[in-house]
Amino acid sequence: MNVWLVALLRALLILLVMLLNGAMAIYMLRKVLGHAHLRLGPTELGPAGLAQLIADIVKLLVKEDRHPNRSDRWLYIVAPFIVFVPSFMSFAFIPFSDKLVAANPDLSLLMMLAFLSIPPLGIFAAGWASRSKYATIGAVRAVGGMITYEIPLLLAALPPVMLAGSVNLQAIVHAQSTSIWYVIPCLPSFIVFLICAQMEMGQAPFDMIEADQELVAGFATEYSAMRFGFMYLAEFAENFVMAALAVTLFLGGWTLPGISATALGPFAVLVFVAKCYILIFLFMMVRGTYSRYRVDHYMNVGWKRLLPLSVVWIMVFAAALKVIAMLRGGA
Amino acid sequence: MVFTCSIMLNFNYRTLSRKVGRGVLEQQIILAVFLVFGIVFMLFALSLSWLLSPSKPTEGKGLTFECGMEPLGLPWIRYRSGFFVYAILYVIFDIETAFLYPWAVAFGKAATGWFFFVEMLIFVAILLAGLLYAWKEKALAWH
Repeated sequence: MNVWLVALLRALLILLVMLLNGAMAIYMLRKVLGHAHLRLGPTELGPAGLAQLIADIVKLLVKEDRHPNRSDRWLYIVAPFIVFVPSFMSFAFIPFSDKLVAANPDLSLLMMLAFLSIPPLGIFAAGWASRSKYATIGAVRAVGGMITYEIPLLLAALPPVMLAGSVNLQAIVHAQSTSIWYVIPCLPSFIVFLICAQMEMGQAPFDMIEADQELVAGFATEYSAMRFGFMYLAEFAENFVMAALAVTLFLGGWTLPGISATALGPFAVLVFVAKCYILIFLFMMVRGTYSRYRVDHYMNVGWKRLLPLSVVWIMVFAAALKVIAMLRGGA
Repeated sequence: MVFTCSIMLNFNYRTLSRKVGRGVLEQQIILAVFLVFGIVFMLFALSLSWLLSPSKPTEGKGLTFECGMEPLGLPWIRYRSGFFVYAILYVIFDIETAFLYPWAVAFGKAATGWFFFVEMLIFVAILLAGLLYAWKEKALAWH
């Protein structure tokens, strides 16, 4: 079949997944946070408030789009694109099952991480272009956040790469299906990864860029209607992408221990999505449980704790691998 | 930053990593289609919103938000970033990470000896010593 047509169909499918995930995640977030706070969350529209997710989307579509007079107009319009499009593109590398992956280059892990590092630039552009006090502070914090979490995040993804000997996500999953889930040998990395994922998603306790009580809505203060909607769609997409990345690197991707890929068949996708949503649930519970860090404490967590920890851990891990290889070679 | 590095190192990776990915050109086409498709979808949704939503601009709606009152002073505030030194350290460590990745991929292969490990250990130790020095000199403090 034509390569372009295949690519277009895949893009369509991934967009559908992304939109469904966005709608689901909004509802789930409201319900989970509601119950975490001893409230019920949405209940009015439809059974158990399920129609709320349709209402949310319709509301965003029909709201008036308001530009602040003093904004840097061009950058203000471009910024949501810089946030949304790379998040969408990073979806392409998620291995949903053995066959179901939109783009599978040799470097898929690195490409995914690279695309994930672009949205903070869009957030900075959005906050800067708004020319509002709150948005500017949110924007500067977005940059501060990015330089804090990105290195521990990249280092946390290293031990699985060492074990699998590849930076291809599909190869990492296959390597795990023949040995064990990498969460067991790389537990410290997994924990660092989850903390950094929380930072990357800009969620409480690390929601510096929004910080509702301090900055109104941070970088998105001056955005309204669908432009605002895209910012948040991208955020929920990142939620899913980070969960998917954690599942792929540490929790065996679409495989289950003891069951072969052929036996799993089409259920592989369900296994993968179920694992992702369990992690998203965990992220949301953390969001509902812990209070926000102060900005300098946030930087300290990244630079004085996570970074030295992950660097030392990688060298310890590498040494351990070498010793095990030596012992095996000797035996 | 990492993005550029990964492109620069692309050729090394292609010889190092397992041959599981499909053709490079095909992947590039897919990503290009994703890029264009994402932009087109955003334009579509924004124009749909433009068609459906009301437009009743008043003077107040165009003002910069400031908790309901008229904005005071200049909207572009001077904000002391407070993490200038962090940013420099970030660049150093980001490049370190870019070096660590091809090393990690090769490390998974069996044939690498202790020399390969010690080399990276020295490199990482120098950087870590640099971080500790910066820490001691109060570079990692919020001024």
